[in-house]
Amino acid sequence: MSRQLTPLFTKLSSSVCAQYFAHVPSPTRTKVSERGSIFLITILCCFSSCASAAQAGSLAHHSFWETLMRFFSLQDTALQTALWGVLLLGISCGVLGSFILVRKLSLMGDALSHAVLPGVAAGFLWTYEKNPLIILLGALLTGLLGSAAVGWLTQRTKIKTDAAIGMVLSGFYAVGICLMTYIQKLPTGNKSGLDHFLFGQVAALSTQDIWLMGSVTIGVLVGVFICYRAFLILSFDMAFGKSLGLPMKALHYTMMLLLAFAVVVGLQAVGVVLVSAMLIIPAATAYLLTDQMKVLLPLAAFIGIVTAFIGAFLSFVGDGLPTGPLMVLSAGFVFATVFCFSPKHGWLTRVIRHYLWRRQVARENALKGVYQLMEAEQFKIEGIALDDLALRRHLPIPIVKKHVRMLFKLDLVTIDKVTEKIYLTPEGWHIACSVVRKHRLWELYLTQECHMASDAVHEDAEEIEHMIGEDTVRALEKRLKFPNKDPHGRLIPSIQDMWQSSSYKVTGADEERSKDE
Amino acid sequence: MSELLSWWAVAPWQTGQGGYFWALLMGFLVTASCGLVGNYLLVRRLSLMGDTISHSILPGLVLAFLWTGRRTSWVMFVGAVIAALVTVFLVDLIQKGSRIKQDAAMSVVFTVLFALGVLLVSIFAHQVDLDQDCVLYGEIAFVPLETLISVGGVSIGPPSVVRMGIVFLFTLVSVVLFNKELLLSSFDPGLSTSSGYSAQKIHLGLMAMVAIIVVSAFESVGAILVVAMLIFPGATASLITDRLNYIHVLTIIQSALSTLGGMYLALWLDTSIAASMVVVSMCLFALVWFFNPSYGLISTLVNRGVSKDKTLETE
Repeated sequence: MSRQLTPLFTKLSSSVCAQYFAHVPSPTRTKVSERGSIFLITILCCFSSCASAAQAGSLAHHSFWETLMRFFSLQDTALQTALWGVLLLGISCGVLGSFILVRKLSLMGDALSHAVLPGVAAGFLWTYEKNPLIILLGALLTGLLGSAAVGWLTQRTKIKTDAAIGMVLSGFYAVGICLMTYIQKLPTGNKSGLDHFLFGQVAALSTQDIWLMGSVTIGVLVGVFICYRAFLILSFDMAFGKSLGLPMKALHYTMMLLLAFAVVVGLQAVGVVLVSAMLIIPAATAYLLTDQMKVLLPLAAFIGIVTAFIGAFLSFVGDGLPTGPLMVLSAGFVFATVFCFSPKHGWLTRVIRHYLWRRQVARENALKGVYQLMEAEQFKIEGIALDDLALRRHLPIPIVKKHVRMLFKLDLVTIDKVTEKIYLTPEGWHIACSVVRKHRLWELYLTQECHMASDAVHEDAEEIEHMIGEDTVRALEKRLKFPNKDPHGRLIPSIQDMWQSSSYKVTGADEERSKDE
Repeated sequence: MSELLSWWAVAPWQTGQGGYFWALLMGFLVTASCGLVGNYLLVRRLSLMGDTISHSILPGLVLAFLWTGRRTSWVMFVGAVIAALVTVFLVDLIQKGSRIKQDAAMSVVFTVLFALGVLLVSIFAHQVDLDQDCVLYGEIAFVPLETLISVGGVSIGPPSVVRMGIVFLFTLVSVVLFNKELLLSSFDPGLSTSSGYSAQKIHLGLMAMVAIIVVSAFESVGAILVVAMLIFPGATASLITDRLNYIHVLTIIQSALSTLGGMYLALWLDTSIAASMVVVSMCLFALVWFFNPSYGLISTLVNRGVSKDKTLETE
C-alpha cells in the first residue's frame, strides 16, 4: 500500500505546499517550499507506511481495494453504525474538549475518563450483561465522583491539583481494573465484551449503542447551547462571573457532567484509556487555527470527526486492530501538521517568518551601511569597497560578503568585477534612502516630541527603521513639519531624493516641503 | 475465635500455587522505589510528568523489544530513557513553539505516544512478549514462576526481583547521596543553580531516574497504575508530616503496608495484584485523611465545631 500511495501523497503534498507558500512574498519562495514539501512528504510517508503496517494482517483474505470499496460504498450496515458512532464521538468530544482546553483542565479530562472505568464494570456487575443504559449511568456516576474527588482533595487537604488529578486517575482506574479482572474470571466474563471499553472497537457498536450515544450527544449540545455564555464567563473570567452572582461552582459541575457525557460517548469507540486524547487533540488543533471560541467549537468538532473517521477507516482496513490507538494516532498526525503549518500560530510558519524578517533586516542594514559610507564622502564617490563596508558595520568580512551577494542577487547593487567595488542600483538607493529616512525621522520625533536626549535615541531608531511603513513615515514627516536635518545635524533624505536614478545625492529638498513653506 | 482468625487471615495465603514471598518482595520494591522518587515529583508539582512519562515510554519499550528480541536487556532501559527524554523535549517544543499550555501539551504528547505503543503491541503481538493486559495493569503473579538465578551456587531469586532490587538500591542510594541537591533544586531552583547545582540538569536527571524506575516497574504494574505508585505514598505521608526526610521513611512504611494489604485483597477477590495494591493505597490515604490528628477531615470538623462554640460563648 505504501508503494501505491506514496507517489500520490508526494504529488498531493507538493501541490499543497506550493499553494500554501504561493502567498509568501519573497524571493526565497521556491527554496522554502521545497524544504517544506520535503518535510511534509516525510511525515506522510511515515504515516502511509504506518497504515500499511496496520493492515498487513488483513491482506490474506481481502484485497486492499475490495476493502476500500466496501468502506466507501457504505453498504455495510455495521459500517454505517460505526460511522454514526464516529460522527457523534467527534461532535461531543470536540465541543467539550474546547472548553476544558481553554480552562487549562486538559488533565482533568484524563482523570475523568479513567474514573469512568469502575462505573462501567459496576454497571456490568449490576445486571451481569452489557446493558448500555446501566453502564452509562454507572460511568456517569463514577465520572462525577472522580471530578468531585479532585475538588475535595484540592480544597480540603494541602495536596496540589496535579497530585490530586493523578491520584483520582490511578486510584479509580485501579478499582476499575480490580472489578474488570474479577469479571473476566466469571464464567460469562469472557463474552462480556467489556474489553472493548479499554481500547475501543468501533465495529462492536450496536444500533442500540448508537441511539444512546446520539441522545447523549444531543444532551451535550443542548447543555452547551443553553449555558454557552455562562461557560464562556466560567472559562475566561471567573471573578467577573462571581461578581455577577452566577453560581460558578454549579456551572463547573454542570460542565463536568457534560464532560462525563462526552467521555461516555467516546467510550466504546476509543476506549477509557485514550478518550481524553480525543477530547484534547482536536481542540488543541483547532486552537492553533482560530482565536474565536465561536469558531473553535465547530472546528474542533469537525477535526474530531475527520480524525475519528480516519481512525475508524484504518481499523476497518486493519481488520480487528483496536480503534482507539488508530484514532489517536491520526489525530496526533493532524495536530503535528497543523502545529507546523498553521498560518497564524504554526511553528514552521513562525520559523519561516522569523527567517524572512532576519533577512530583511540584514538587507536593509547592509544598504544603510553603503549609504552612510557614500554620505561620509559627501556623495562624491559611488563605488564602495567591501572592506570599508565591513569596517563600518563592525562585522567580519565573510558575513558582509554574504550580505552583498544577497543584495546582488536581488538586483539591489552591482559589483564591479575589476575593482570589486559596490554600486547601488536605483532600487537599492531607494531602499537605503527610505531606511535612513525612517531612522532619522524617528530620532527627530523622539527628541522633539518626546523630549528625549539626542544621544539616547539611536538604539530605538535602529529597531523601528525596519518596522514602520511608508504611510506612517509620511505622517511623521508632516507632524515634524517637513524637517531636513536630524538631531545630529545630518540631512534626512526626502521623497525626491529617494527617486533619483542617475546621480545619487541627498539635498533634503522636497516638493511638498517647498509647497508647505 | 482462632478458627475465624485462621479463616480470615491465613486461608487466603494458602490458595493458589504459593511462592508469594517473591511476589510480595517485588510489589514492595516497586512501590518503594516509585514512592521515593515520587516524593520529589510531588514537591515539584510534577506528578503528572510521572503520568506522562509512564505512558510515553511504551513505544520506546516495544521498539527496544523488537530490536533485541529479548525482555531483559539494557536496551530496554535505553529505549525507555530515550522515549522519556523525547517526551520531555516534545512537551517543551509544543509549549514554547505555540500557544498551547503545558497541561494540554503533555496530554497531546503522551496520548499519541501511548497510542503508538499500543498499536505496535497489537501489531507485533506474536513477536513481543507483552500484551495489552500487561500494558494496562501488569502482572506480578508471574514473578514466582520464573526460574531463580544463582550466583556462585547460591540462588538469590527470580531475575525480575533481582533487577528491581538493584533499581531500588540505586534509587535509595541516589536519594541518600543527592538528597541535598534534589531538595534545594526542588524548592529554590535559582539558588540551586547559583550554588553550582544546575537545576535544569537535576531536572533531566530526575526525569531519567523516573524513566528507569517506571520501566522496571512496567511489567509488574503496567503503565497507568505506576502513577498511583508514584503519588499515593508521598501524598499519604505528606498529610502526616511536613519534613521530606520523614516523608521518605513513611513512604517506605506505606509501601510495605499497601503491598501486604494488596496481596491479601487480590487473593481474597481473585483479581489483579497491582490494582489491588493501589486500591489498598487509596484506602490507606482515605484513613489517614479522615483520622489524622493535625490535618485530618474529622479533626478539622471537630476543631471548626469547637471554635464555633467558643465564638458563641464569647458573644
